[in-house]
Amino acid sequence: MGRSIKKGPYVDANLEEKVLSMNEGKSKRSVIKTWSRRSTITPDFVGHTFAVHNGNKFIPVYVTEFMVSHKLGEFAPTRNFKGHSGSKK
Amino acid sequence: MARIAGIDLPKNKRGEIGLTYIFGIGKSTARYILDKAEISYDKKVNQWNDEEQGAIRNIITNEFKVEGQLRSEVQTSIKRLLDIACFRGLRHRKGLPVRGQRTRTNSRTRKGKRKTVAGKKKAPKK
Repeated sequence: MGRSIKKGPYVDANLEEKVLSMNEGKSKRSVIKTWSRRSTITPDFVGHTFAVHNGNKFIPVYVTEFMVSHKLGEFAPTRNFKGHSGSKK
Repeated sequence: MARIAGIDLPKNKRGEIGLTYIFGIGKSTARYILDKAEISYDKKVNQWNDEEQGAIRNIITNEFKVEGQLRSEVQTSIKRLLDIACFRGLRHRKGLPVRGQRTRTNSRTRKGKRKTVAGKKKAPKK
């Protein structure tokens, strides 16, 4: 079930703060390292690059406007299945 | 013979069911349309007169997205998921279930026919 509209999208407070302060300074160049996979991508995030933790390492995610309303974690897969041993293709 | 939204002409069926042959119209939308056009659910498709057909056609074109248009909308939303490489996009790409179902067993609809793996041992009989 979806989240109540009344509450608005969930974004970790410290992450949002960081993004907004960077937007003011107009320096979108630096990568924001984050563990907050659960945060929703808001329109403020567009153009930033995040390093999203996948439990092992940080995956760089460049946010475009199509990604708005998805969560950061959706772009950093936690499982990396390369196929069974011996199976071709 | 009724021809609505392009290609569809099921006859000898109750209107309620006949309308569901159109892609994008299920039973509840079919009922909504018939209610609005003030036609009985039980009236067969080939018993609709021109006026009734016109009314149905009007409602569908004005209020619903059906057939090709709807199909292309679905395609573009899937395309979007693929392009942004989010989790759901990756699942579409791999042809696995998208909404978190188990894949250890079942999910044959998405995965297709079983591909037997050679050399895999069968469980020993007890």
